[in-house]
Amino acid sequence: MKDYLDQLEAEAIYILREVAGQFDRPALLFSGGKDSICLVHLALKAFRPGKFPFPLVHIDTGHNFQEALTFRDNLAEKLGERLIVRKVEDTIKAKNLQDGKGKFPSRNELQTYTLLDVIEEFEFDACIGGARRDEEKARAKERIFSVRDEFGQWDPKKQRPELWNIYNGKIDKGENVRVFPISNWTELDVWNYIKRENIELPSIYFTHERDCISTEHGQLMNVNEFVQIEPEDVIVKKNVRYRTVGDMTCTAAVESKAFTVDDIIKEIKETKISERGATRMDDRVSEAAMEDRKKGGYF
Amino acid sequence: MKLLRFFTAGNVDDGKSTLIGRLLFDSKSISTDIIETLTRQSKTTGVDTDIDLALLTDGLRAEREQGITIDVAYKYFSTEKRKFIIADTPGHAQYTRNMFTGASNTDLAIILIDARNGITDQTKRHSIISAILGIPHILICVNKMDLVEYKQSVFEEIKSDYLKFSERLNLNKVSFIPVSALAGDNVVKPSGNLNWYNGYSLFEFLENVEIDQANDAQEPRFQVQYVIRPQTDELHDYRGYAGSMLSGSLRKGDRVQIFPLDIETNISKIEKYQIEVEEAHAGDPVVIHLSDDLDVSRGSTIVKSNELPNTDNFIEATICWMDNKAYQSGQKLLLQQNSFRSKAIIKEIEAKIDIHTYDELESDDVMNLNDFCKVNIKTAESISFDSYSKNRKTGAFVLINENTNNTVAAGIIH
Repeated sequence: MKDYLDQLEAEAIYILREVAGQFDRPALLFSGGKDSICLVHLALKAFRPGKFPFPLVHIDTGHNFQEALTFRDNLAEKLGERLIVRKVEDTIKAKNLQDGKGKFPSRNELQTYTLLDVIEEFEFDACIGGARRDEEKARAKERIFSVRDEFGQWDPKKQRPELWNIYNGKIDKGENVRVFPISNWTELDVWNYIKRENIELPSIYFTHERDCISTEHGQLMNVNEFVQIEPEDVIVKKNVRYRTVGDMTCTAAVESKAFTVDDIIKEIKETKISERGATRMDDRVSEAAMEDRKKGGYF
Repeated sequence: MKLLRFFTAGNVDDGKSTLIGRLLFDSKSISTDIIETLTRQSKTTGVDTDIDLALLTDGLRAEREQGITIDVAYKYFSTEKRKFIIADTPGHAQYTRNMFTGASNTDLAIILIDARNGITDQTKRHSIISAILGIPHILICVNKMDLVEYKQSVFEEIKSDYLKFSERLNLNKVSFIPVSALAGDNVVKPSGNLNWYNGYSLFEFLENVEIDQANDAQEPRFQVQYVIRPQTDELHDYRGYAGSMLSGSLRKGDRVQIFPLDIETNISKIEKYQIEVEEAHAGDPVVIHLSDDLDVSRGSTIVKSNELPNTDNFIEATICWMDNKAYQSGQKLLLQQNSFRSKAIIKEIEAKIDIHTYDELESDDVMNLNDFCKVNIKTAESISFDSYSKNRKTGAFVLINENTNNTVAAGIIH
């Protein structure tokens, strides 16, 4: 009987190889966050000494942390794998879209346009992502091979039965499948895996000093050029790290003393707040925020 | 640490969600922000208890509105001993296919029985589905013991009724635990209210139940998912077959047979993550090299020459029809078994299985959503398989509608 991390790893590699075997033009959606970094690590195990049968694709919202972008470029170069970057900024200009507004101007909705465009541009038939079912209750309902229509929409009522380890990725032209190889991993599993495999991460996952303001929900937001600082905001220096790496405008930091992966694992075991609850402002809109975004073509 | 996958079947009224909520709560797997959200939502659903735990598992808007589980939800928790994956599946008959889906790759079924009602149609249906799927272990949780004054006689009667009913199902292993999910009796800790009961609490059971499956198949079976051919200068002749060791083990130097080619050759090398290994074990993702240059492609099966599977164009199977549209006679289908695919056609519907009695009924040649039938299937390519009762990995398949691309049935080979 194998250790649970071996089983999760084997399942993810099996799924990645199914993508390679079933699709003509797959892509791996790479955000520079820990989950997609794990996917890249798993892809190395699945396909080396061959090249990846897919490019890495990054949707650059323009609100990304510089540390994550630098990490992304270095990783792609080190591996010698193809990296495709498409910018939300360009989509906004080309489609004359309304940019996010308010104190924390989010481009969360807007990145769906760029994602759907890049899928169309390269005719991707499968997009691999690092979403996990433990993150959010709508994600907990999604299949590992999630078929999307021509508009990228998820229809939770029309999900294909997915049994044993048999994945049906058969689609018509124009449709695509979103594939989630680490669906069954929890936040803690990811960190235990990062530790076991000694996987390198962007520095913002570890504690560092940062200028922050506190939101109405008590979340710590990084002070940067996109966030509108108001007179009543108090800027404080805090020792923080990021539990998730999303946009600077909608990802909160958490106070932390974690310098190492071991420290992080200890902190996660002790924390009483969920990963998205601690760090994401985009889920707070409504109870069905994620379900609605997925129905709209979101990842 | 080991991994245990189990499924729970039932609905709000059986206390299923309350039970899962308890497991998550009491193992401290729910975060405070989620509890806050639930408390806020519970006020809008008007459930009497402080927190409506069903809201934890019913993740879709439609489910929350209707107060029922429609599709499988996956939940995760772990203790010092084990990591658990729960497939929380719907109990309503109309969502049987979703239950079948969630249950397919689990090691344990938890079937809830309301102590006041005893065995119901739903209990029977869930047990029969577990029997068809060959779930290694069935746990009957007699819930709501608080509502029958924690009487031992009620528990014992349900137990004996169930054993009588399940005799003909050939279930692998059955255990019984009395609980009250709402009051928390015997879920995590043994309860003073049930002092006549000396066995495990549910939690203790989950941590200790044997999961090294006794019926794990030993025959060496490997299927090719993807061919790795770097075609670079230094790896010019590299041709590795990437796939998963479905069951048993294969060793370097083993004499093997390749299907559907039906050619014999040797294993020249086995790699796991680019490191050469002597042996590949069940569950290992490996890359296999063969000593002869053959046309082996995705879906090909590599097996040990002295332990051959069945290979045929004709299989007998039990299938669950999963499409909203009824089966059309002569419908063009694709059969997928792991990475193997072939055109297929249902030659004959032999019998329909009554999912509440396990009786075989005469077939009327109709297959509707959620029907279980015994069928004969003809495949265009010959398929290598073992009987599902011997090997869950090589005896299972799905049928895909060639026109709509939907998965329309799932089957197990006799």
